[in-house]
Amino acid sequence: MDFIDWDFIVSRAPLFWAAAKLTVKLAVGGILLAAALGFLCAVARFYRIPVFNQIAYFYIELARNTPLMVQLFFLYFGLPRLGLVWEGQTCAIVGLTFLGGAYMAEAFRGGLAAINRNQVESALSIGLSRIQTLRYVIAPQALAVAWPAISATVIFLMKETSVFSIVALPDLMYVAKDLLKEGHSGETNLLLILSYLTIILPVSLFFGRMERRLRFAGFGS
Amino acid sequence: MSLGPDILKIKDLKKNFGSLAVLKGLTLTVRQGEVLVIIGPSGCGKSTLLRCLNGLEPVQGGQIIFGGQYLTDPHINWSRTRQRIGMVFQNYELFPHLTALDNVLLGLIRVQKRSKTEALAIAERWLTRVGLWDRRGSFPRQLSGGQKQRVAIVRALALEPEIMLFDEVTASLDPEMVREVLDVIVNLAKDGRTMLIVTHEMAFAKAVADRVIFMDEGLIVEDAKPEVFFENPATERARRFLNIFQFSDIHKPQEPSASPLAKEAQDVKESNDAKESNDAKDSKEPELS
Ligand SMILES: Nc1ncnc2c1ncn2[C@@H]1O[C@H](COP(=O)(O)OP(=O)(O)OP(=O)(O)O)[C@@H](O)[C@H]1O
Ligand SMILES: [Mg+2]
Repeated sequence: MDFIDWDFIVSRAPLFWAAAKLTVKLAVGGILLAAALGFLCAVARFYRIPVFNQIAYFYIELARNTPLMVQLFFLYFGLPRLGLVWEGQTCAIVGLTFLGGAYMAEAFRGGLAAINRNQVESALSIGLSRIQTLRYVIAPQALAVAWPAISATVIFLMKETSVFSIVALPDLMYVAKDLLKEGHSGETNLLLILSYLTIILPVSLFFGRMERRLRFAGFGS
Repeated sequence: MSLGPDILKIKDLKKNFGSLAVLKGLTLTVRQGEVLVIIGPSGCGKSTLLRCLNGLEPVQGGQIIFGGQYLTDPHINWSRTRQRIGMVFQNYELFPHLTALDNVLLGLIRVQKRSKTEALAIAERWLTRVGLWDRRGSFPRQLSGGQKQRVAIVRALALEPEIMLFDEVTASLDPEMVREVLDVIVNLAKDGRTMLIVTHEMAFAKAVADRVIFMDEGLIVEDAKPEVFFENPATERARRFLNIFQFSDIHKPQEPSASPLAKEAQDVKESNDAKESNDAKDSKEPELS
């Protein structure tokens, strides 16, 4: 094949490999934190914990209705004016957590909303504490229901990492933009697509498998 | 009949939902080993009473004293107290993501912190007793209503509560499954367990009750021995309530109409029921004394 410059691809692959590692690192950090934040918000809303419930509501609306790029802009260029200087990686993880937490909260909340509140009483009646009730009775059921939404959120957030280059991080998009200056746009595009596929496809397959397992786990009807 | 000391005292209990007064100063004492059947028209506060006893509803006034402890004390440790008060709900409320066995084990292991072996032994003993040890691996959705309710009863009993609360535990069951659940409860009564039972099954109430509590509009209107209550209720309200049941009993068989013949069959059935309930009482008394 003549129209693909394989030498170019082979020689530039290590650049993409390094950038992919950075993307994965930031994505994993941001998504895990987002899941934790989202779970807390969802619980605050499910149990209607005063004050936290309202805070969670406003946070969710704020985060979901502004683009990640704008959020990152604020963290990277706005915060320093308030005297808070964060490096690019911190901004990226905080930004992804901020955005993702809201989507995760909505995903978990959907799962929690599907659980009959009598389940809480039934769990309390055998002496489980509120935390144990959440841990052993409510969360497992909610997670099974919320799984498809959680998996969609994870994949959405992985794709959102492609805007990190605006805070000067050498991630996949950054490397690709850099290489485009040398021409070879076809090869660069190919490398970029392959890199994202290599990262996201396994995650997608994993979540799909888990979803089927949860669905056939013997409950959920 | 020899009963133990007072185990539960309810004094002037008041419960409101907003401006709606549901319990209006209810007073009741239960002795150890007693079986109380609570009946009364829909909305009179039966479920609310049981829920207050288990701390599922905050109360607005009065006292509940259970085994010397004030349940109306706002600082009470409910987790510890609820282990001593077993509750069974109308709709079973088994945990759908856990097998029958794990439903029973959860409280034993997580609440009572028993070892797995110990918890298993207890669960086996109870599930065997209600004939469901074979089904221990089944998830709730794979069980019939009657089986689910038996698991729910065992889940509460396994924690060795001092009193059991049953809230219309057969109301959601198909008729053919009512019996298997009521049999379990009758057996518990024979063991001398203290129980508060809300039910609309009058034949069962007659058979199992030491005392019948008739509630109306948030108060206890009658508190009597079942023989007395069912044969000769003291109040007009109770009489009217019981009449409704006799009427609905007659129409229960799905006959096109209540023909004289059907009525006759019903009468025979009723006298059989009465005989059965006497039998149940006879066999129960020696074990309680
Ligand atoms: N959470 C609640 N909020 C507001 N009102 C309630 C609530 N729970 C119960 N009530 C009201 O309190 C009254 C008593 O209800 P409760 O469920 O105790 O009646 P019940 O005697 O158990 O009736 P049933 O035989 O129909 O089960 C009813 O008028 C009901 O509408
Ligand atoms: Mg009720």
